[in-house]
Amino acid sequence: MDLFFQLLINGIIVGTLYGVVAMCFVLIYKSTQVVNFAQGEFLLIGAWICWTILVQFEVPFVFGFLITLAFMAALGIFIQMVVLRPMIGEPIISVIMVTIGLSIFMRAFSNWMFGQSAVGFPDVFGMNAVNIGGLRVEPAYLMSFVVSLFIMGGFFYFFKYSRYGLAMRATAFNQQVAQSLGISVKQVFAMAWAISAMVSALAGVVVGMVNGVSSALSFIGIKVFPAVILGGLDSIIGAVVGGLIVGVLENMAEYVDGQFLYWGNMLTIAPFWVLIIILVVKPYGLFGTKDIERV
Amino acid sequence: MSEETAILDVRAVSLQFGGVRALSGVTFSVAKGELFAIIGPNGAGKTSMMNCISGRYTPTDGRVVFKGRDVTDLKPNQRADLGIGRTFQNLALFGHMSVLDNIMVGRHHLLKNGFLSGALYWGLAQREELSHRRAVEDIIDFLEITHIRKAMAGTLSYGLRKRVELARAIALKPDLILLDEPMAGMNLEEKEDMARFIIDLNEEWGISVIMIEHDMGVVMDISHRVAVLDFGQKIAEGLPDEIMSNPRVKTAYLGEDDAEEVA
Repeated sequence: MDLFFQLLINGIIVGTLYGVVAMCFVLIYKSTQVVNFAQGEFLLIGAWICWTILVQFEVPFVFGFLITLAFMAALGIFIQMVVLRPMIGEPIISVIMVTIGLSIFMRAFSNWMFGQSAVGFPDVFGMNAVNIGGLRVEPAYLMSFVVSLFIMGGFFYFFKYSRYGLAMRATAFNQQVAQSLGISVKQVFAMAWAISAMVSALAGVVVGMVNGVSSALSFIGIKVFPAVILGGLDSIIGAVVGGLIVGVLENMAEYVDGQFLYWGNMLTIAPFWVLIIILVVKPYGLFGTKDIERV
Repeated sequence: MSEETAILDVRAVSLQFGGVRALSGVTFSVAKGELFAIIGPNGAGKTSMMNCISGRYTPTDGRVVFKGRDVTDLKPNQRADLGIGRTFQNLALFGHMSVLDNIMVGRHHLLKNGFLSGALYWGLAQREELSHRRAVEDIIDFLEITHIRKAMAGTLSYGLRKRVELARAIALKPDLILLDEPMAGMNLEEKEDMARFIIDLNEEWGISVIMIEHDMGVVMDISHRVAVLDFGQKIAEGLPDEIMSNPRVKTAYLGEDDAEEVA
C-alpha cells in the first residue's frame, strides 16, 4: 500500500506541474489562437539556460534564476515577433506546422549547444528527501508543488482582476473590438508569449533539479497536450484539472501495471486512452467554452 | 469649416480593394459637439468610411485629421487612445464576460498603473480601479442597464446588447463616437430609448457623434447635419431638411423612374 500512496503523491505533484505548463499552453492559445507545439522546448531551453548560468558562471541560484526568467521573457517575445507575427491570418494548419518546426529547431539547437547527456543540477536546497507521513518526497518536488500552487493562484488573480488580464481576455474574444477599445493587440501577444515562456522555464528548472537536465525534458510538452485537450483548449482551470488528472492517472497506471498486469509502459499510454474516452463524452473537454447562442 | 471648430476632418479619402473602389474622394468635416449622420443605400461605403475613421482600414488615398492631428497612419488602438470610440454594425460584445467586465475593458487605456502593480492589483492600482468603477457605474446608470450589470453579455436580448455596446464605447471617454447602425433590428420603443441616449450623449456628455442609420425618421429627427453616400461618393451634405428635398438623394434611394414620380 505504501507504493500506492507514494505514487499517488508523485502523481499529484507531477500533475500540478503539468497543470502549470498546460496553463502556459492555454494562455498562448487563448490570447493568440496559436497551438504552440514548442511548449515543451521552453522547459528544455529554460532548464539549460539556468543550469549554464549556475554551473558555468557560478552565479548564486536566486540571481541565476532571475536572469533565466528575463532571458526567457525576451526569447518568448522574440519568437512571437519574428516567427509568429508574419503568420497572423494564415491557416491554422500552417501555424501548427511552424510551431512544430520551432520545436524541432529548439531541441536540435539545445542538443548542439549543451550536449545530449543528462547533467545534474547543483544541489540548491542542500537537503535530502523529506519524510511526509512515512513517504519520501524530494524537496525540489515539494518546492515545485508550492510554487505551482502559487502560480496558479497568480494566473487566476491576473485574469480575473488585473487590467492586463482583462485586456487579454478581450483580445482572445475579438481582436478587432479590443483594438477599437484602445488595447494594443501586439502588446497582448508579446505579453502572452513572455509569460508563457517564463513560467514554462520555471517548470523546466524544477523538473531538471529532480531528474537532471536533458532533452527528455521536452517530453513534458507532449504529456501536456492530453492535459490541455482534456480540460478544454481555452480554459485555464481546465488546464489545471487536466494536468492533475494526467499526472495522477499515469502514476496509477504505473501502479496497476507494475503490481498486476505487467504489460509495461502503461505510464505513457494511459492518459491518452482516458483522453479519447472523455472527448467522446465531452467534445469541448471538461471546461472548454461552448458557444453561447441566442437564436 | 475652420480648423478650430472641426473635431474631425476627412480629406479626399479613397479606399480601394483590388479593382473595387469602396470610397472615392470623400470629403467632409464634423464640428465639435455635432451630431452628424451618414446615410446611403446598402453598399454605398458607409461602414468603409467608419472603418477609415476608426483605423480598421487605412485609406488608399487622402487624409483623416482628428483634433487637428493627422491620424491616417495610426492603428485603431492608438486612435482609441486619442479619443475615437465606436460600436459595430454586427454586435461585438465579449459574450462570456459580464456586462460590467465588458464596460471595464473600455477603461483599459485610461488605467495608468504599470505592468507589475496592475498585474498584482496593489495599492494605487486598486484605488485607481475604484475610481474607474465609479465612472463605469455612472455610465451604467445613464444607459439604464443597472439591472443587468452582473449578467453574462451573451445571454442578453438584442436591444440590451446594443445598449451595453454603447456603454462600452462611452467608457473609453471618447471625444468622438462612431455609431454603426445603433438602432438596427430594434422595435419602436427600443429605438426611441436609443435616440434619447444618443441625444443625451451628445448634449450632456459633450461627445461628438457620427452615426450611420437607415431609419430616416430617426436620422432626420436627431441629427444636426447629414451626408449622403452612394457608390462610394458623397452626393450630398447639409441640414436634414435640405437632404430630404435633394433630388439626387431621392434618385439614389428610389431609383431613376420612381424619383420622377415622387417629384
